[in-house]
Amino acid sequence: MADALTHPLTFNLPPDGSMLALDAYRAGGGYQGLEAARATAPAAITEQVKASNLRGRGGAGFPTGLKWSVLPMGPSARRPKYIVVNADEMEPGTFKDRLLMEQNPHLLLEGIAICARAVEAEMAYIFLRGEYTLAATRLRQAITEAEAAGWTEGFRLHLHTSAGRYMCGEETGMLNALEGKRANPRTKPPYPGISGLWGKPTVVNNVETLCNVPGILAHGVDWYRGLGRTADGGTKLYGVSGRVQHPGLWELPMGTTVGEILDLAGGMRPGLKLRGLLPGGASTEFLTPEHLNVAMDFSAVQKAGSRMGTGTMIVLDDQACPVGMTANLTHFFARESCGWCTPCWSGLGWADRILQAMERGEGNPGNIEKLEFLTGFWGPGATFCALAPGAAEPLLSAVKYFRADFERHIVEHRCPYEGWDA
Amino acid sequence: MLTEAEQHEIEAEAAHYPERRAVAIDALKIVQQHRGYISDATLTEVAVFLGLTRAELDGVATFYNLLHRKPVGRNVIWICDGVSCWLTGYGRLRRQLEQRLGIQEGETTADGRFTLLPIVCLGACDHAPVCMVNDDLHHDLDPAADPDRMNKLLEPYR
Amino acid sequence: MPKIHIDGRSYDVAPGQNLLEACLGLGFHLPFFCWHPAMGSVGACRQCAIKHFKDEADAKANGGRLVMSCMTAAEEGIRISVDDPQVVAFRASIIEGMMLHHPHDCPVCDEGGHCHLQDMTVMTGHNYRRYRFSKRTFRNQYLGPLINHEMNRCIQCYRCVRYYREYAGGADFNAFGISDHVFFGRERDGVLENEFAGNLVEVCPTGVFTDATLKQHYTRKWDLRWTPSVCPHCALGCNTSPGERYGTVRAVFNRYNSAVNGYFLCDRGRFGYEYLSSPERVTLARQRRDGVRADLTPEAALAQLTQAAAGVAADPPGRWIGIGSPRASMESNFALRQLVGAERFFAGVEAHEWELDTRIAAILRQGAVHSPSLGEVERCDAALVLGEDLTQTAARMALSLRQAMRQQPLREICDPLKIPHWLDHAAREAIQGEHGPLFLATTAATKLDDIATHTWRAAPDDVARLGYAVAAALNLDQDTAGTVTAEWRAAAAEVADALLAAERPLIVTGVSSGNRGQIEAALAIAAALAVRGKHPAVSFVLPECNTLGLALLGARPLPEGMDMVRFGLAHGAIVVENDLFRRAPAEEAKAFLAQLDQHGGHLVVLDQIRHATADAAELLLPAAGVTEGSGTLISSEGRAQRFFTVAAPTPNRAESWSWLEAAQGHTPALDDMVAQLCALVPELEPLRQAAPPATLRLAGQKVARETHRFSGRTSIDAAIEVSEPKPPVDPDAPLSFTMEGYAAQPPAALIPYFWSPGWNSPQAQLPYQQRINAPLRGGDAGVRLLEQVAGSQFPCAGEPPPRFEPKAGRWLIIRLYHLFGSEVLSGLGRAVGSLAPDAYVALNPADAERAGLKEGDAVRVEPDGRRGYQVPLRLLPELPVGVAGVPAGFAALDGAGLPHWGTVTAEAPHA
Ligand SMILES: Cc1cc2nc3c(=O)[nH]c(=O)nc-3n(C[C@H](O)[C@H](O)[C@H](O)COP(=O)(O)O)c2cc1C
Ligand code: SF4
Ligand code: FES
Repeated sequence: MADALTHPLTFNLPPDGSMLALDAYRAGGGYQGLEAARATAPAAITEQVKASNLRGRGGAGFPTGLKWSVLPMGPSARRPKYIVVNADEMEPGTFKDRLLMEQNPHLLLEGIAICARAVEAEMAYIFLRGEYTLAATRLRQAITEAEAAGWTEGFRLHLHTSAGRYMCGEETGMLNALEGKRANPRTKPPYPGISGLWGKPTVVNNVETLCNVPGILAHGVDWYRGLGRTADGGTKLYGVSGRVQHPGLWELPMGTTVGEILDLAGGMRPGLKLRGLLPGGASTEFLTPEHLNVAMDFSAVQKAGSRMGTGTMIVLDDQACPVGMTANLTHFFARESCGWCTPCWSGLGWADRILQAMERGEGNPGNIEKLEFLTGFWGPGATFCALAPGAAEPLLSAVKYFRADFERHIVEHRCPYEGWDA
Repeated sequence: MLTEAEQHEIEAEAAHYPERRAVAIDALKIVQQHRGYISDATLTEVAVFLGLTRAELDGVATFYNLLHRKPVGRNVIWICDGVSCWLTGYGRLRRQLEQRLGIQEGETTADGRFTLLPIVCLGACDHAPVCMVNDDLHHDLDPAADPDRMNKLLEPYR
Repeated sequence: MPKIHIDGRSYDVAPGQNLLEACLGLGFHLPFFCWHPAMGSVGACRQCAIKHFKDEADAKANGGRLVMSCMTAAEEGIRISVDDPQVVAFRASIIEGMMLHHPHDCPVCDEGGHCHLQDMTVMTGHNYRRYRFSKRTFRNQYLGPLINHEMNRCIQCYRCVRYYREYAGGADFNAFGISDHVFFGRERDGVLENEFAGNLVEVCPTGVFTDATLKQHYTRKWDLRWTPSVCPHCALGCNTSPGERYGTVRAVFNRYNSAVNGYFLCDRGRFGYEYLSSPERVTLARQRRDGVRADLTPEAALAQLTQAAAGVAADPPGRWIGIGSPRASMESNFALRQLVGAERFFAGVEAHEWELDTRIAAILRQGAVHSPSLGEVERCDAALVLGEDLTQTAARMALSLRQAMRQQPLREICDPLKIPHWLDHAAREAIQGEHGPLFLATTAATKLDDIATHTWRAAPDDVARLGYAVAAALNLDQDTAGTVTAEWRAAAAEVADALLAAERPLIVTGVSSGNRGQIEAALAIAAALAVRGKHPAVSFVLPECNTLGLALLGARPLPEGMDMVRFGLAHGAIVVENDLFRRAPAEEAKAFLAQLDQHGGHLVVLDQIRHATADAAELLLPAAGVTEGSGTLISSEGRAQRFFTVAAPTPNRAESWSWLEAAQGHTPALDDMVAQLCALVPELEPLRQAAPPATLRLAGQKVARETHRFSGRTSIDAAIEVSEPKPPVDPDAPLSFTMEGYAAQPPAALIPYFWSPGWNSPQAQLPYQQRINAPLRGGDAGVRLLEQVAGSQFPCAGEPPPRFEPKAGRWLIIRLYHLFGSEVLSGLGRAVGSLAPDAYVALNPADAERAGLKEGDAVRVEPDGRRGYQVPLRLLPELPVGVAGVPAGFAALDGAGLPHWGTVTAEAPHA
């Protein structure tokens, strides 16, 4: 049975997809975490979150408690301090924060309120992607309810809806967007915890990350760490999309294996075979059927040569074109490049054009090597932010695992899967 | 001049930020909501209202993809071209829409009823393929499963 | 001094630098784009990549980590590699990436030959194009007559937008769009509004922004003949390098001087040179006899001048007077003074202004006040400006002040956060809109208002009173001006506190308001600050390139000279580089000329441009302007700087001093003039060091004005003469007119252009510096004449002026300044002239309404006792009630002795 102690994020979501209203949320133990936090000293809250091993669910897995502890505290701290909730969810194949915000907005608000107390923030912004109109409506409703009930005491909360761009999800690009500017990323260091929104100390956390916090405060660190199957604590929203029987999203113990999650999705659609999968959104490396036993947590997936990312996997079957899929992903990254650093704006466009040409049957010998070169060109350390290195991950791994397909495109001067989506 | 309603909505947003220029994007979204798109004249009005230059505001307007600097139809169809939709019928859906509307992605129908635009993954991958018409998300749209679905769905958008 | 390790060798570097700066300073050829020495690092282009090793073991085991040198501090013990094969390859691929969409149009690109992108391409070794798809293309914009736009050449380094918006404070420019199609320009076509837009030409590392005036007569950089020069278009003395070919100046480039202009010029200084080809130029000597004008050969002209000079000597003292000029060199003024005698040498400066000029010279002479260099202005951390609209009157100082106002927040906000000041965007984000304390008390709005802590608009006298109030607030024990203090108590306290709290407080004032009180107030504030243990700097902004020089040389006020003619005491006048109609009320100038004529007197004018005085001259001689001759100018800082002949000499023109010397039978020689000058005016002695003497030889050679790639040498005159002519010789400079000459770095005053192997673009200024942003090796150009003298007494500041009282139906007519148009020479240029405003009179809207006038009305502005003029009315909201403004440079009123009371009335038809 799913309950607050096994599925703290989703246990009481209404099955009809409607929003868990404040009463129902309270009835399920909601805002108990905040109550506990109010009885705890700010620094001690951060300590608990640190001890819980909660790692950021936005994709990078940065330890949340550590992030909070960077903020200057006490009367001499620069103020106001800000919380920015990353609700931009634009990573292709990712659909987890949407569920939380549409159905369980109070959980997020409770997480924010606890964070605000822990870091003594005066103001929190929820940075929501503009297309999430339903989430916006429900968050507004929840904010009104929570404010009326006094759950946002001590800080102010505002829902900001974005005007679109993947770069807004990058935490410093997001700060620029919130300030009404072009969403180019910012120099790090200084990290936002030191100099963030309007140059003030700022916490940036993902929606799911913050949704994990109330449970930690309500039920304790040990409970939380016990939830996961591996060292990374808690549960995780895992999703599957692509041509599987039952695409979907499930809250499971951290460290559930790839195979188990695929089983929940009912395996592949009839007649299709698993070719590969991106474990956690578009900017992760492909895994293959041999990786079914890999535990989906931050370290195990990394060991397998990929990243858990957002934990929402995209499945490639044997009848869709891997080159086409890579082209689709690369096109996305190229289109969304903010245009700030040279490897990204120039290299992604170049790779995009090569892949499109390949798909049209206009690939040339040497193209694969060019693609490999380009992924190094915009790899980690080479670019200003993580967008382009993220783009390198699926491309480079696709070339590695599906090299023969790339070669056939070039040699045969056509897409060998032509008509697969007719 | 911005209408009173527009000004009012912008001011309401502005109250949440420590400085006025922060509402640049919100303001553009608000006037676009009222006017369909952001014409040069509109851009100027918003700029004046916020105390920014046109260059400052247009630098922002041209960055974000939900802001239209060119006229669009009365309804905007955003087809998700994210990878999950791509795998599950985006191609079919797009071809169907292009045929039905007689336009390519990026264009507006002659009667000004629809504009067809691509959009980044809409975060509904478990119900791919999807599209958004104006503010409404529509999912499970693979024409291979139900060829008539899209046609019916577009009916109410006049 | 941190020790850093580069590819296994150790180096000591200056503290507080990033690795790119350190490496460049050590002479490494490390490529870069987005970093700019004045603008710091943002890490966008990724061109400056190097390898960073944690320690020696890391170097061996893991091969280190790729980092951007511009984003990494050169900290003690850091280990890096510049030569690591991986980073070498990476740097080449960055160029490849930038070049995907670059049009490769070097042969037709104005930047070709001084292009940073070309240099970096060669430096990184990228040489083969692998991209096979079509390039993105853009539409170019019309950005005005100064700057050309060719967007397809863009490599998206963001330097332009950072410079224009963040550094220069412009708002009508931006980056638009994203990804690989970011567009840099205006929101729509139109003239760039910022007064420093011209620097885009040098800031842009490729040919997107190029000099539109150069395009009118284009020449490659390597085909230009360059000469070290000084900008003649205001008093700040920015160092320039004009480039010449076929006898005409083609463009003016910045010449680095860490103490003055650094890397940037204002647009007047960069583009003003076009006046040299204006139709108003005096190109041939001319005589006027009985109303008939005739051109003269140079020989005939000299003969006539010789006759006049003989007359000067023969006449009993006083029969001839000389009128000098603040836009003529020290040498020319001095030569004239020598010829006519100090008692008969008059300042060609409007009388009221002259009083202020000489007062400032006296103050500076006394040695109590420290007059800062522009470099120091840029480092001040609190400033009060009294009465100067700096962007229009001393533009380059406004740019410096804009940077200065970041000092205090950098210190207070960034230092505790450990954000290095060169980490530009991080620093800007931490600081946000914070500015150091800048207080502007002026009569009209200024373009520094956006960064001012507080602005006050008041009539000139009231601005002065505010200044006095500040002094009183600082003067704890003696409230010298109780009534003044009461009026401005709050304001004065705010300013006083800020100046006291600062480490390097600055007070700026000048003569543009025509208000003595402002100068005295500045003095009183400085004196009070000194008493409080501070070391204030005071910048006195003067109007012309040698105003201070003329004042230091000494001359009698112009009206006294005119009186001598009026009373028949003099019957001849030699006017050097001046138009009396801009220096005295038109009626008086006219009367002066008429009286000369009546008495059968003589008028000799030497000038480079025509004007009413020149037209009236009996003998008019073409005087060489700054780019056509040599001489010394003294900037308002008190810095003596030498300029040298850019164009090869022609017999048809010579410096005024040279004409005058020749006419006395002397062999004109600049160094002789300088020696005589220093001998006679001991105070000017250091001026001798402004530049090395003409006899200097470096390794036995002169310094070459032409680049070693100069082409066409043997054929350049083939149309005239097939044999290669003997190169011209410049007797007054250790500079040759050819490409032969000393190849290494000469003393700063003699650097004609910046070039070193691998560096053809303006970035070539860097290898000449001691380290990045430091003085040039061997010291910057110019020599300061008026240093503070320990223990000197502050001159007594005098009483504050009475409060300004508006008068019904009458206005105090003042001058308003315009970068384009208020200065005579540049205003004659094609492009600058086209940007100058037409004459107008400005009133406060309330005043206008009371007078029943509205914007655009034809009105008559008439200073009391002077001729009136019909001009259109402009409304200027921030102008105080009771004050009317006319543009400085409006010839008809330039000599009217403004500020002056007068009337502004609706122009009755045919009144
Ligand atoms: C290009 C790019 C896009 C990103 N988009 C998102 C996003 O949509 N949502 C998100 O939570 N994190 C996103 N991230 C990660 C954030 O930068 C950041 O790591 C995260 O918000 C931190 O929150 P967490 O520690 O709670 O995970 C993105 C990162 C990059 C480089
Ligand atoms: S990698 Fe570079 S261009 Fe790409 S999004 Fe990040 S900063 Fe912008
Ligand atoms: S110069 Fe260092 S990243 Fe551009």
